[in-house]
Amino acid sequence: MSSRPFLRIDNIHKRFGPIIASDGVSLQIDEGEIHALLGENGAGKSVLMSMICGMVRPDEGEIVYKGVPVRFNSPREAIRQRIGMVHQHFMLVPNLTVAENYILGRGSAFRVINDIDKVHAKIRELSDRYALDVRPDALIEDLSVGEQQRVEILKALFNGIDLLILDEPTAVLTPQETDRLLTLMRDLVADGKTVVFISHKLDEVMRVSDRISVMRDGRVVNTVSVDHTDARGLARMMVGRDVGMELVRSAAAPGRLVLSVENLICRSETGLPAVRGISLGVHAGEIVGVAGVSGNGQSELALALSGLLPVDSGRVVLNGKDITGLAPARINAHGFSHIPEDRHKHGIVQSLSLSENTILQRYDQPPFAARGMLSRRAIGTHTRDLIKRFRIKCHNENQRIGDLSGGNQQKLVVARELARNPDFILVNQLARGIDIGAMEFVMEEMLKQRESGKAILLISTELEELFAICDRILVMFHGEILGELPPDRARLEELGLLMAGKTADHSEQPTLAG
Amino acid sequence: MEQVNQGARDHVYPQAAHALYRTLSQAAISAATPIAAVLVALSFGAALLWLNGFTGTDVVTVMVMGSFQDARSIGEILLKATPLILIGAGLCVAFRCSIWNIGAEGQLYVGAIAATFVGTSIDGLSVWIHAPLVMLAGALAGAAWAGIAGYLKVRFQASEIVTTIMLNYIALILTSYLVTGPMRDVSAAYPQSARLVREAWTPRIVSDMRLHIGILVAIVLAVALYIFLQRSSRGFALRVVGLNPHAARYAGMDVRRNVMIAICISGAMAGLAGAFEVAGVTHRLYQNISPGYGFEGIAVALLANNNPLAAILSGGLFAMLRSGSEVLQITSQVPQVLVLVIQGIVILSVVAFAKFRGMFAGLR
Ligand SMILES: Nc1ncnc2c1ncn2[C@@H]1O[C@H](COP(=O)(O)OP(=O)(O)OP(=O)(O)O)[C@@H](O)[C@H]1O
Ligand SMILES: [Mg+2]
Repeated sequence: MSSRPFLRIDNIHKRFGPIIASDGVSLQIDEGEIHALLGENGAGKSVLMSMICGMVRPDEGEIVYKGVPVRFNSPREAIRQRIGMVHQHFMLVPNLTVAENYILGRGSAFRVINDIDKVHAKIRELSDRYALDVRPDALIEDLSVGEQQRVEILKALFNGIDLLILDEPTAVLTPQETDRLLTLMRDLVADGKTVVFISHKLDEVMRVSDRISVMRDGRVVNTVSVDHTDARGLARMMVGRDVGMELVRSAAAPGRLVLSVENLICRSETGLPAVRGISLGVHAGEIVGVAGVSGNGQSELALALSGLLPVDSGRVVLNGKDITGLAPARINAHGFSHIPEDRHKHGIVQSLSLSENTILQRYDQPPFAARGMLSRRAIGTHTRDLIKRFRIKCHNENQRIGDLSGGNQQKLVVARELARNPDFILVNQLARGIDIGAMEFVMEEMLKQRESGKAILLISTELEELFAICDRILVMFHGEILGELPPDRARLEELGLLMAGKTADHSEQPTLAG
Repeated sequence: MEQVNQGARDHVYPQAAHALYRTLSQAAISAATPIAAVLVALSFGAALLWLNGFTGTDVVTVMVMGSFQDARSIGEILLKATPLILIGAGLCVAFRCSIWNIGAEGQLYVGAIAATFVGTSIDGLSVWIHAPLVMLAGALAGAAWAGIAGYLKVRFQASEIVTTIMLNYIALILTSYLVTGPMRDVSAAYPQSARLVREAWTPRIVSDMRLHIGILVAIVLAVALYIFLQRSSRGFALRVVGLNPHAARYAGMDVRRNVMIAICISGAMAGLAGAFEVAGVTHRLYQNISPGYGFEGIAVALLANNNPLAAILSGGLFAMLRSGSEVLQITSQVPQVLVLVIQGIVILSVVAFAKFRGMFAGLR
């Protein structure tokens, strides 16, 4: 390790109008390290990283990179200095191929297009070298989130990097994909590169990083070496209090059957079989988990239940009413809430305000509407109430929701769905991007809902999330439910096998029926 | 570690002061782009004339002052502004819902046809009934014409850009057919319809000027559409559908229904504009009743940033440019296409400035 820091951030200030995102932040990154950045939602992590990669210009302060003060006016200038960033929300053009996305925005597009074969070759070479499994001619829109992320990482490598910044790269990954990513980070460091990564998952931070910095309220409050801390200590540094990793919950007291699904079959948006005959029931006062490696039909199951995907056959009954194939509005009216997997696609409208986003489903119902007109006062009061209860970090309810930090957007979605006082809550990835303090809070809220007799179906790729609050866990594989387990950590291995498609007798399940 | 009060910062700025700051800065930002664009375009137009040997002051005098000579010339501007405001404000609604209705011209013609029909075939009604009936007919016909494109879109996913343009041609040809055939006033030398009965005419504001109450209707409707979009539940749904159809569906909004409503509103406004042209200005249907108001309306909405309230101003501006160019043509033989050039530059500047602003936003 060199004596002078590889990257030094000195007393940077950044405001967005009245909002202070960076409040004199200072940070040092050494060459060849993996440096993790932790902090609560809205602490200013993404903004800080955006300033390093030229997306956002600091108001005050200095960035010294490789011993030279730098001031990037655009991401391109940062890329030229071999700084690459993978953003919290991907920035790929969906209807272009991988290679085309890489060429995009490079000054010499024409020259590169002539050399498209070279581009393809280079992508293949890099993909092989780091086992990224990226095909240069694949269309972005056909790729899963995990694949898209590898495309983003490879894009940075393609441009040439010494410093790679990853903003919450594991939020959308399955545990397997996460393992792969952590290995990749190690490989990159072995090749002499430096990695900064942001995460809310303390275990992976402990596993992979060399040093860890904790941000709070726009400042770095502490930097520690991984040998001198543990997950508990980190949690305390972040939130300023002990975070009880174990939630207390009463024994399950399932009541009447609220949601029942009988032999549901549906296809994905691309027309492939996705859900192949699922039957399940969720009772009042219980939380049923659905575990599984992502891409095994969970997304389609969620969309079909909420009326966003046509059902081929089978029946969905909610509160005794057949809701199969009904329009979402009708399903919602039967006491159905849905925390969607993809918050940017379904959950929020980015350019609308927090207020407008909180009434997305109830825009024409009292008290938010009267005689066809929106009641701004009622909407404002309600939104302010949610902001306060869920501790959503924002300036006020009239702010664009797209300007909120990722975790705070998610908190608003959760708050909105719970506030609708549903009988049944469908959750697909509860805590995506939420910090550990807020996660604890959100889980407690879910347990409260359970206590008050709501039926909850929690689809998740995070086993911790499932173990923490579920009463029973169904395992989904290839569009079917392979088994049911109690939320017992002792049976983790069994769960893992089921998720890989192996039933109790450890034999491989046939992948296609018939 | 010292405990930091998370909520504390949220209360540093008092609510009211922030709201004011927000409103003012937003108003400034959103007005800056179109104003700058217009200034650039006007100076470019002036430069163009100057290069052709006209003095700069001449140009400004003629272009700006010329159109404001007297009450009559102001009346003429407002007369031209009427269809532009109506169409522009209507298109704001469609565009906010991400429906690219390029067919206002056709909808205007169909509205004019319906107005002519109601205005010529019925007789003996009082002006209090007949004149509004004519307007209603125009609006309904325009809405129906736009509704065809809307239906094709929601039913067969046919691009409204293509279908509305095709419907434009059909409407124009239909008009030609009618004024040369079934609706032709055989006593006239040129193809034109019979004259509307007096009771069907749109009342004038001052008896010796052509300006009719259409301008007031246009302004009231533009304000109403603004309130509709910003304050009503339905307007909210239209905006959500336009911004993120996936989220709209998730939230239980009927995307198709909202698309139909938005396109029909824009069609009704264009149809009403057509009715006013016939009932308020020409009192007969001609083949070329519109000098392209339907297309200019697109530019009006664009310059207004899809805000119906701002469409009143941008519609007025485009009408002024049009009048100015007519004056120019008469007094100094400057071809009238100049106004098209200037309008083109206004639109290009709006786009360029918006892009510029986007770049700034990214680098804040
Ligand atoms: N473009 C913007 N306009 C206004 N405020 C912004 C903008 N970008 C970020 N902010 C604000 O700056 C603060 C820090 O945001 P940032 O995205 O850096 O948080 P974060 O630490 O990445 O949080 P998370 O863990 O939720 O992703 C937040 O309060 C956010 O609302
Ligand atoms: Mg972030």
